[in-house]
Amino acid sequence: MKLFGLVWANLFRKPTRTILTLLSVAIAFLLFILLRSISAAFDSGLDVSATERLVVVAKYSQIDRLPFSQKQQILSIEGVDGITHTTWFGGIYQEPKNFFAKFPVDPLSYFDLHPELTLVPSNALQRFSQERTAAVVDIGLAEEYGWSIGDVIPIISDIYLRNDGSRAWEFELVGTFSENGESQNFPLFLFHYEYFNESVAFGRDQVSNWQLRLNQPDRADEIAQLVDALFENSPDPTKTASEDEFNRQFARQLGDMGFITTMIMSAVFFTIVLLTGNTMAQALRERIPELAVLKTLGFTDQTIFLVVLGEAVLLCVVGALLGIAGGFVIGPGLSAGLSGVFGSFEVVPVTALEALVCSLVIGVVIGLAPAISAQRLTIVDALRS
Amino acid sequence: MVAAVACEKVEKQYTKGKEIVEVLAGIDLSIEHGEFLALMGPSGSGKTTLLNLIGGLDQPSAGSIFVSGKNLTEMKAKALAKWRSENVGFVFQFYNLLPVLTAQRNVELPLLLTNLSRKQRQKNAATALEIVGLQDRAKHKPSELSGGQQQRVAIARAIVADPSLLVCDEPTGDLDRETADQILGLLQTLNKDHGKTIIMVTHDPRAADRAEHILYMDKGKLVSGSGVAV
Ligand SMILES: Nc1ncnc2c1ncn2[C@@H]1O[C@H](COP(=O)(O)OP(=O)(O)OP(=O)(O)O)[C@@H](O)[C@H]1O
Ligand SMILES: [Mg+2]
Repeated sequence: MKLFGLVWANLFRKPTRTILTLLSVAIAFLLFILLRSISAAFDSGLDVSATERLVVVAKYSQIDRLPFSQKQQILSIEGVDGITHTTWFGGIYQEPKNFFAKFPVDPLSYFDLHPELTLVPSNALQRFSQERTAAVVDIGLAEEYGWSIGDVIPIISDIYLRNDGSRAWEFELVGTFSENGESQNFPLFLFHYEYFNESVAFGRDQVSNWQLRLNQPDRADEIAQLVDALFENSPDPTKTASEDEFNRQFARQLGDMGFITTMIMSAVFFTIVLLTGNTMAQALRERIPELAVLKTLGFTDQTIFLVVLGEAVLLCVVGALLGIAGGFVIGPGLSAGLSGVFGSFEVVPVTALEALVCSLVIGVVIGLAPAISAQRLTIVDALRS
Repeated sequence: MVAAVACEKVEKQYTKGKEIVEVLAGIDLSIEHGEFLALMGPSGSGKTTLLNLIGGLDQPSAGSIFVSGKNLTEMKAKALAKWRSENVGFVFQFYNLLPVLTAQRNVELPLLLTNLSRKQRQKNAATALEIVGLQDRAKHKPSELSGGQQQRVAIARAIVADPSLLVCDEPTGDLDRETADQILGLLQTLNKDHGKTIIMVTHDPRAADRAEHILYMDKGKLVSGSGVAV
């Protein structure tokens, strides 16, 4: 610890060089923090999917709709225990940039098939199922837009025209839902399918997808095939997959975040190791006589090893701390700005910890070679040079 | 009483490729406590090599070196490092201060290896700077000091842990006449008033005159002089 002052002072031998190195390390770790947080949001989206749910979509395009008449046929398949549906509505709340998905759903079956969602207040589900213009929203959306129970939320539809020729819809908020108190990665605005179906001028009795609950999850593959076989030769052929698979495909369409993150970070850290490693090696050469003097004064080879290694580690850790701090500052704003694209993400302490551990490892990797040559330096040879 | 420094048949060879270079060819030498000895001789005669051996920076190829009765040639690197920090002060021609540290912190360096508290370290460093007359430059970095002042800081660093032996390799080699005289005066004071045993390598006869004894080296051997060459 007494040596910390020495290590610290050495970092500022060439302030410009140190600051530039610190900055590049900091930016690398800022990138690390943000990318990790975004890809973590994706992963968690995949994790929560219940395996016993299947999703049925139109075979050739997810934009195509499926007829409501399929419902009874699907339910008749053995092993299918419950069914619900969602439909892509589009729609704009105040401004196009306020992006979130709005689905007309069947209230009772939807929440029956999504037991992971908790509705508040306690009468929310009852009101939602009974009141035609009722809506429930993800807790995060309510927070973001400052909605509270009883508020009337106007939505302008951009796809559907109403019977009366207008595009204006109004919904009364009757409840919010969350998963263990947390907002979902793809926060939803849910309203009454019946109200939707009666009001639209076209596209009646159609849904975007069916969601099935199975009472025999181990037969999931077989049941999926049965469903698709059922409609194979109908005007509306289907494609059925587990909810996991469905989500995964969806994520894949946006790019494999985890893989991209790893690739980018590997490239960035590789560059950092090369650049900083080179800087450290250069700094060491300039300091050979000084290190010899320290040894002359009685500092042991091991101590010198630690001093040089400590410098590299300190450089990386301080840089990482700057980057992490930057991540916590920029993260929330960026998350809000990108929520339409990625869903919302959060910079969490675990990611910061990962970054810190990473910086320690990189510091050691960078510092090891210079530290070993500093340790091996013999005093008389070094003093002669 | 044991001698401050005793060398017995000290030899040192270096291998340059296949060639073996004989640098010290059997040095026998005894230096008393409190002596101020100058070591002179042509370039390449082995003065620095001998000084480094006496200071415990290197080991001889053959022979033994005793400092205050302690046989350095039997000590391992780690023990030797600790011994150096407690028993020898080094002064070099080019001062060799750490440029990133202030004068005060440079002087404190050897004390980092002791158990002294931070307060005590600062106090001892201040005292050493006072002895060399630089107490008012404590906060300066080496680059903000003249050559003579830097050498004073180096001397303060050499004496701060209160070693009994000072080894100085051309301490005035890089200084003008007047500054050199001041540094030599300082070394004399340390010798007379503080009882330090001093071995000083120099090319300058006037500098050597300040010492009590002068030893001459040539081709790795002590040739003559008034020192107690055995
Ligand atoms: N590490 C080494 N490898 C090879 N040869 C060495 C080494 N160290 C010293 N020498 C040789 O040993 C001889 C004595 O060197 P030394 O530095 O002791 O001389 P010196 O008397 O101090 O000379 P100067 O007055 O120029 O400082 C020189 O010929 C030098 O080349
Ligand atoms: Mg020399």
